[in-house]
Amino acid sequence: MYTKPFSYHRPKSLEDAVALFGKSSDPRYLAGGQTLIPTMKQRLAAPSDLIDLGGLSALAFIRKSADMLMIGAGTRHAAVATSADVKSAIPALAYLAEGIGDPAVRHRGTIGGSLANNDPAADYPAAVLGLGATVKTTKRSIAADEFFTGMFETALQDGEIVTEIAFPIPEKAGYAKFPNPASRYAMVGVFVAKVKTGVRVAVTGAGPCVFRVPQMEAALAKDFSDGAIANIKVAADDLNSDLHGSREYRAHLVTVMARRAVAGA
Amino acid sequence: MPKIEMRVNGKPISVETEAETLLVHFLRDRLGLTGTHVGCDTGQCGACTVHLNGEAVKSCTMFAVQAHGAEITTIEGLAKNGKLHPMQEAFREHHALQCGFCTPGMIMAAVDIVRRKPNADEKTIRQELEGNICRCTGYHNIVKAIASAAAGMGARS
Ligand SMILES: Cc1cc2nc3c(=O)[nH]c(=O)nc-3n(C[C@H](O)[C@H](O)[C@H](O)COP(=O)(O)OP(=O)(O)OC[C@H]3O[C@@H](n4cnc5c(N)ncnc54)[C@H](O)[C@@H]3O)c2cc1C
Ligand code: FES
Ligand code: FES
Repeated sequence: MYTKPFSYHRPKSLEDAVALFGKSSDPRYLAGGQTLIPTMKQRLAAPSDLIDLGGLSALAFIRKSADMLMIGAGTRHAAVATSADVKSAIPALAYLAEGIGDPAVRHRGTIGGSLANNDPAADYPAAVLGLGATVKTTKRSIAADEFFTGMFETALQDGEIVTEIAFPIPEKAGYAKFPNPASRYAMVGVFVAKVKTGVRVAVTGAGPCVFRVPQMEAALAKDFSDGAIANIKVAADDLNSDLHGSREYRAHLVTVMARRAVAGA
Repeated sequence: MPKIEMRVNGKPISVETEAETLLVHFLRDRLGLTGTHVGCDTGQCGACTVHLNGEAVKSCTMFAVQAHGAEITTIEGLAKNGKLHPMQEAFREHHALQCGFCTPGMIMAAVDIVRRKPNADEKTIRQELEGNICRCTGYHNIVKAIASAAAGMGARS
């Protein structure tokens, strides 16, 4: 076996899951397993207990109201990508989900798992921050601006389960990603949305954590066209630099992807 | 040890297994279904692709216990009554394999593509094969085989 032995639990409700978490010495929740299982196989994680949220139907839903789209945390990427409600309310979100990994990953991976993990190159954080969504948990509601706190870090507390993401339905939204040709994760991905409160621009892949670009937001609020941001560059200083690309290259890509996202919105 | 019950290629299975057993090892080592291969072991190559309730998944990135209550189909479950599945026929017909290591995963992924996108064009098929790596063929004949099987499978239903 590659992973260290662990106890496996299949709770029947969210309450059960939280209670099991409280009783175990070093527990982890398991959703689609598309991040956690590879991490365990590499022995970067060795939980004592895995609490499988996979069977909880209360977490798998997509609902639409007049101005909001609610997605259960256990909803698979493939379900978001093909949902008629998502496609009509926020087509950019369905497009984003369709671009995550590959079909087999999309059949297992969940939106809640992706957000809880907050990989710097993951796609969903860009949509959640870009739309100004609200992350609902077993304890509270967390605004997107407060949820993503750093590289692989979120505002979630020990044992807290993401239950739902509530997205405001935007007037317009677009997503453009430059995928790493091997992994399909975002080298740079930009989500742009025109919502009631104004224009929001969120960038993933480029830095240690998803971030907004206020200068682009201000320019797009005046003129929502790709030309309006053609000359706005983010500073390269704090961006990621690795074998896939330098920080200057990523800074350049941010503007290119932001323009494509606006043009496609 | 957790008990798991599932159907594999139509056959009911009820056994106990360690929680940490990956589905691919369960299929290969416990059930002797060695058609499902392990290539990369990191979720990238797709050699281990099987169907979980009809959907393509990577069996190296799933614990067997997570398949409790599910219907699993492996490459061994595709042929019916000694007759190859149309996708298997198409791979043979179009010379879509060389060493054959990626082939079980390719075929399971391909059947899933045609289920979801019966009218997929060449570009779509190439995109959909994102998670399946072949070191030999250069993909060209694989894409041709899938397109031709899609046409045949569509015509039959
Ligand atoms: C080959 C491959 C390619 C990929 N490509 C991409 C890509 O292009 N873009 C992208 O964004 N992602 C990509 N991914 C990651 C994928 O989207 C994962 O599905 C996702 O990051 C994690 O979701 P999961 O449901 O699989 O979570 P798991 O792996 O089960 O869990 C991840 C973490 O979240 C915690 N967790 C899970 N659910 C909850 C919850 N409801 N509340 C609180 N904590 C929770 C777990 O405890 C764990 O710490 C890829 C993965 C693979 C294997
Ligand atoms: S062995 Fe599972 S994806 Fe390569
Ligand atoms: S035929 Fe050899 S890896 Fe595909």
